Amino acid sequence: MAENSVKLHYNVDASDFTVAGQASGAVKKVLKQLGFSADVIRRVAVAMYECEINMVIHADGGEIDVEITPEKIRMIHKDRGPGIKDIEKAMQEGYSTADEKVRELGFGAGMGLPNMKRYTDEMNISTELEKGTVVDMTVLVK
Amino acid sequence: MTVKEIAERLALTPICVGDVEKCVTGCHIGDLLSLVMSKAQSGDAWITIQGNINVPAVASLTDCAMVIVAEGMKLDENAQSRAEQEGISIYSSEKSAYALACEIKECL
Repeated sequence: MAENSVKLHYNVDASDFTVAGQASGAVKKVLKQLGFSADVIRRVAVAMYECEINMVIHADGGEIDVEITPEKIRMIHKDRGPGIKDIEKAMQEGYSTADEKVRELGFGAGMGLPNMKRYTDEMNISTELEKGTVVDMTVLVK
Repeated sequence: MTVKEIAERLALTPICVGDVEKCVTGCHIGDLLSLVMSKAQSGDAWITIQGNINVPAVASLTDCAMVIVAEGMKLDENAQSRAEQEGISIYSSEKSAYALACEIKECL
């Protein structure tokens, strides 16, 4: 279905909350134009936004690649951050390593990765300490 | 009831006016944005004391009909310009989140 795919690429700047959410907002608009259901759009947008925020909070920014086909939307987030020490802990609701400044902005509730998992059908994380993390998520169009 | 009607009935102060004909179908109170993203429903009036740049982004992603910044809290300048770009209706009120939610319930 390669001829039916739309590929998008975004750069996420480090530590810039003013631009966090631009990629997920842009993808949301594209999905709306392509006529995807409100449920699919919401799941993709929220999962992407959580990941974008994580890239700003924890990592040194990164890149996002999105591939949209009629069957699924795949989002690959690559960051240049410190990596995730304990993925099992990070996946627990309520566990967070975010600092006070981030919490004041309404994040750091320990819901980021659990939300990504909840809103996507497939999620794979590969991480290497001091190198970075890749979060690969797919939302199936049912 | 529409955003416009809720705003009038609750005597809210407009900060950014988006699509005021949107229908308000529910209400969500929350200040932790990840929790709001997992719980708020499309069409909700979202009541929060947060006023930062991420509020309009979360409102847009969750398709909230409107945002009400409660307890007299202020919306940051950059949040206001983001809301204008996104076309999000944001209002403020001196009332508590509880009082606002009770009044919204009467409207629905």
